[in-house]
Amino acid sequence: MGAQLAAVIGTGQTHHTAKRLDVSMAGLCREAIDRAMADAGTDWADIDAVVLGKAPDLFEGVMMPELFLADALGATGKPLLRVHTAGSVGGSTGNVAASLVQSGVHRRVLAVAFEKQSESNAMWALSVMPPFHMPVGAGAGGYFAPHVRSYIRRSGAPNHIGAIVAAKDRRNGALNPYAHLKQADITVESVQASKMLWDPIRYDETCPSSDGAAAVVIADEQTAKGRPAAWIHATAMRTEPTTFAGRDQVSPQAGKDAAAALWKQAGIKDPVSEVDVAEIYVPFSWFEPMWLENLGFTEEGQGWKFTEAGETAIGGRLPVNPSGGVLSSNPIGASGLLRYAEAAMQVLGRAGEHQVDGARVALGHAYGGGSQYFSLWVVGSERPGAR
Amino acid sequence: MTISSEPLSAPLDVGFDYTRSLGPVLGRFATGLREHRIAGIRGSDGRVLVPPAEYDPVTAEKLTEFVDVGSEGVVQTWSWNATPLAGQPLQQPFAWALVKLDGADSGLLHAVDAGSPDRMSTGMRVRVRWAAEPVGSIRDIECFEPLDADPVQRDPVGGDAVTMLTTPIHLQYQHTASPEESRYLRGLAEGRLLGQRCPACGKVYIPPRGSCPTDGVPTEDEVELPDHGVVTTFCVVNVPFLGQRIKPPYVAAYILLEGADIPFQHLVLGCAADEVRMGLRVRAHWRPREQWGTTLENIDHFEPTGEPDAPYESFAQHL
Amino acid sequence: MSEVAVVGFAQAPNVRRTPGTTNGVEMLVPVFHRLLADTGLAKQDIGFWCSGSSDYLAGRAFSFIAAVDAIGAFPPIMESHVEMDAAWALYEAWVKIRTGEAETALVYGFGKSSAGELRRIMAMQMDPYLVTPLWPDSVGVAGLQARLGIDAGLWTEADMAEVAAASRRAALSNPDAQLAGETTAEELLKQPYLADPLRAHDCAPITDGAAAIILAAGDRARDLCERPAWITGFEHRVDTPLLGARDLTTSPSTIAAAKAAGVDGVQVAELHAPFSHQEILLRQAFGLGEEVRVNPSGGVLAGHPMFAAGLVRIGAAAAEIRAGRADKALAHATSGPLLQQNLVCVLEGH
Repeated sequence: MGAQLAAVIGTGQTHHTAKRLDVSMAGLCREAIDRAMADAGTDWADIDAVVLGKAPDLFEGVMMPELFLADALGATGKPLLRVHTAGSVGGSTGNVAASLVQSGVHRRVLAVAFEKQSESNAMWALSVMPPFHMPVGAGAGGYFAPHVRSYIRRSGAPNHIGAIVAAKDRRNGALNPYAHLKQADITVESVQASKMLWDPIRYDETCPSSDGAAAVVIADEQTAKGRPAAWIHATAMRTEPTTFAGRDQVSPQAGKDAAAALWKQAGIKDPVSEVDVAEIYVPFSWFEPMWLENLGFTEEGQGWKFTEAGETAIGGRLPVNPSGGVLSSNPIGASGLLRYAEAAMQVLGRAGEHQVDGARVALGHAYGGGSQYFSLWVVGSERPGAR
Repeated sequence: MTISSEPLSAPLDVGFDYTRSLGPVLGRFATGLREHRIAGIRGSDGRVLVPPAEYDPVTAEKLTEFVDVGSEGVVQTWSWNATPLAGQPLQQPFAWALVKLDGADSGLLHAVDAGSPDRMSTGMRVRVRWAAEPVGSIRDIECFEPLDADPVQRDPVGGDAVTMLTTPIHLQYQHTASPEESRYLRGLAEGRLLGQRCPACGKVYIPPRGSCPTDGVPTEDEVELPDHGVVTTFCVVNVPFLGQRIKPPYVAAYILLEGADIPFQHLVLGCAADEVRMGLRVRAHWRPREQWGTTLENIDHFEPTGEPDAPYESFAQHL
Repeated sequence: MSEVAVVGFAQAPNVRRTPGTTNGVEMLVPVFHRLLADTGLAKQDIGFWCSGSSDYLAGRAFSFIAAVDAIGAFPPIMESHVEMDAAWALYEAWVKIRTGEAETALVYGFGKSSAGELRRIMAMQMDPYLVTPLWPDSVGVAGLQARLGIDAGLWTEADMAEVAAASRRAALSNPDAQLAGETTAEELLKQPYLADPLRAHDCAPITDGAAAIILAAGDRARDLCERPAWITGFEHRVDTPLLGARDLTTSPSTIAAAKAAGVDGVQVAELHAPFSHQEILLRQAFGLGEEVRVNPSGGVLAGHPMFAAGLVRIGAAAAEIRAGRADKALAHATSGPLLQQNLVCVLEGH
C-alpha cells in the first residue's frame, strides 16, 4: 500500500457575485463543472466518481444537497460523497478527491464545491444561537476580530497592515474575470477610511458574501502524463477543538502541524524560497500575516513585515492570493476549493492576467470553524520525484 | 444546597424564508403553472419527464426540449395521510400519489383530495385542482382530485416570467443542555458561577463540558468562581445584522474569570468602547434578581472595576 | 487489493430519547472508551478520525464540530467529516488507509432524531424547488414505494409483517436494540394502518444513538484482534433523485454496488432497510437465497439511529465474522429518499 500519483488536469469556476439569480443551484454547479471538464478535456464517461463539498446545509435550506443534485453533478450511477468540514470544506473536498486517486480506487475524480448563500443570509446562518447561549456572537467577523486584536498585540504589528492586504487582494481581484469584487482603484487609504465593522476589522477588510462554485478534475498518472498537469505533491489535514484551556487562537497548533506535515511530504525545506505562489484562505485581511506565520513562511511575529514590504504582491517574493482570494470572492463552501484550483491554475500557466510568471510550485490552503480545521495541498508543474 | 444535573431543555426554532432563483428550466415550468400549463422535458431516452429536469438522469446533459402535458392523469401509486403535518398541501386527510399526467412518462409527486382511502385506487384518473392564487410554484397545483369531484373554477394568471421562488422553512427542535452545562445554568439562576475541573488535565472550564476537549472525559469536580476577572481580548461590534439581539455598538469580549482556565464571551459596558483594553479588570453587573433564569444573561454585562490592568503575561497564554 | 479490516465496533444503546445533547458527546464518550479499551488502543494510536452526521437532524449548523470534543483532539488529529451516514465516513477512512497516510482509523456516527420532527426534516432531502414545498413526509413517501411492490406482486403486507416480526425476534439477542420481542405477523397485521399500506411496525422507530468502528491495515489488524473482518469489497452508487422517473420497486444503485463489491457466497447480510418492504426489495436486488441470514441484529426496524445506522450494519456484519459465525458477510447502507443512494461492504474472515 502506498500513494499513487495524482494530478489536477482541469479546473473551472463560476462568475462569483452576491446573488446568482440567473441560475438554480444545479445550474451554478454546472457552470463550474462544465468549465472544469472542458479545461480537462474529459467527458462524463471518463469520470469515475464525484465528491461534493459544501458548508452547512442551513445556508441553502437543503438537507444533503448531493442527493437532489445527483443528475446535475453527473454522479447518477456513480460513487458520490459529500464532505462537510465547515469553512475548510473546499480544501477537504480536494483532499478527499485526491485520496480516491492516490489510493488507486479511482482513475479520474470530479471534485465540486459550491455555496448559493443568497438563498438565505450568511450572517444569519452563522449567528443562529441555541438556547442557554449568550447571544454575543456577531457572525464570523465578530468571532475572529478579537483574535485579530490578539495577533496585533502579540506581534506589535502597526495598524495599517490589514489595509495593505485588503488593497492588494481587491486589486488582484480586478485581474480575475471570475472575482466577485474587482476594485482596481482601491487604496490603503480608502480601506482605512472604510467603516469599522468589528473593531479592529473594517468593511473593506472583510470578505463579501458570494454565490459561486468551483470544480477540479483529478486524474491518475497514466491520464496526466504527457499533458499539462498540476501534480499533487502533498496534502494535509488537521483538526483541533474549537476551544480548550490554553488554546492558541491566533496561530493554532493544528495549522502548524498541517503545514509541517505538508512541507515534509512535499520535500520542501524552506517554504518561502521553494513555493512560488500561495492561495491562502484570508477572509479578513489580517489573516494574511497570521497565516504566513502559521504556515512557516515567516518566523512567528514577522508575517506582517513580509506583507508590509510588498512581498505578497504579484511580483513580490511570495505572491499571496493573486486571484484576489477570499477577500474578493467568498462562496463559503467553495472558497477552499477555489484556493486549490487557483494554485493548480498557476502551475498550469492558466491564470491569465493574474498569472505569476514562472510559477512551478503552489500552495492551496483552507481553514474552517473556529480556526480549527486546516486542509492544505501543494501542486507542482513537474511530477513528484522528477526534481 | 444541591444543584441538579438533570438536563435542561428549551425549544429551538430554526426558520428562514428562503429565496430561490429557478434558472431557465424550472423558471419556465413555474411560469407555466401560474398560467395553468404543465411543461415536461424530453430526456435523452425519449421519456417526457414531469416535473422537468434541468439535467438528464442518464447522460447528465442539459435538457432543452419542452413538451406540454395534460392536467389530467393516472394514479400510479398512493399512500394515505391520515394526520397531515404543517405545511402539507391539505389539512384534512389526503393521499400522497405519483400521478402520471397524460403525455408524461414519469410520475409527479403530489396530494390527492379523495376524502377517504376507499376512494383511492391504483390506475384511477385524477385531475389538477388549481390554487386560488397561483404565483409560479408547485403549489399552484393545490392538489389533485378524482374526476367525479365537483370542479372548482380557478383562473390562470399571466404576467412576467417567474424567476424566483420563496420557500418558508421553519423547523422546531428541542434543544438539550448537557448535565454539566445544566448544573452551571442552574447555578447561574442562583447567582453563582460554577465551573468544573477536568480530572485528567486539571483545567477549570466554565461553562463546563460534557467532554474535556483535550482529554475526552467529562469535567466533574465543581469549582465555584468569583464574578470578576480580566478581559483577554475583545472586539467592538458596530454592524447590525439579521437576527441580532443586542443593539450595536457593543463590546464583545472574552472574560477570564479568576480561577478559570478558559475565557468565555460576554459584553463589556459601563465605559466607552474605546476605553476597553486587553487586560482590563472587570466585574459582573447582574440584572435584578427577580429577572434571573438559567442563563448567563443574568449577568447583564461586565464593567471595569477601576483596578490597574492585569499584566499581559498573566493572560497571554489564553489568546 | 490492500488489506484493511474492521477490528472493533461499539454502539450506544438505541433509545427513543437520549437525555444527552444533539452533538452526540454524551453518547460517544462511553462508546470511544469501550472501543479503545476493547482494542487496547489509545487515542493517539488512531491515525485518522472520520465522522458522519447531519446538521439538519440536530437543528444546528456545524453540529459535528462539538462532537469532536468527545475525542480529546489535542494534540491535533487528522480528521474529516461527511454530512452523510457514517458508513460513508468509513469509506473515506478506508480510502485514507489505502493511500498509506494512516494505519488505523476510528469512524463514528451519531444522531439524536428525537430532537426534531424527523418525518418533516426528511422532506428537506428532496428537490427544494418542486418537492420539499409540499412537505412530503418520509412515511407517506415510503408508502408509495410499498404499494408499487404490492401491486406488482413483489411482496404482500403479510410478507412485510413477517419482516417486522423477524426483526423483533432477532433483536432479543441484541442488547443495544430498542424494539425487541416475540410476536407474529398475524398479530402485527391486526394493527391499524399508520399510512396505508404501512403500519407502525413497517417503519423504523425514532431512535437516538451513536456507533463507532476501528479499522486497521494488514499486520496491524492482525496484532489488534484475533479474527479481523477483512473488507474485500467496498462500493457505493447513487440513483437519480427523480422519484417518478426510476423504478422504485428495485434499486439499480444497490445492484451496481453489489456487483462491483462481489457479494456471491455471503452467508450473512445486514441490510439498512428503514421500511419493512425495503428489506424484501433489497433481498431481491442482492439476489440473496433463503440460506442467507438477514439482519441477525434485528436491523433498523429494531432501532434506527440516523447517520449511525449504516455504520452499525457494517459493525454488526463484522461482528458475525469476528465471532466466527460466518466467513463472508455483506453490510448495506442507504441514504436519501426511497433507497436513492446505496453502499455495499463485503467482509471476510480468513
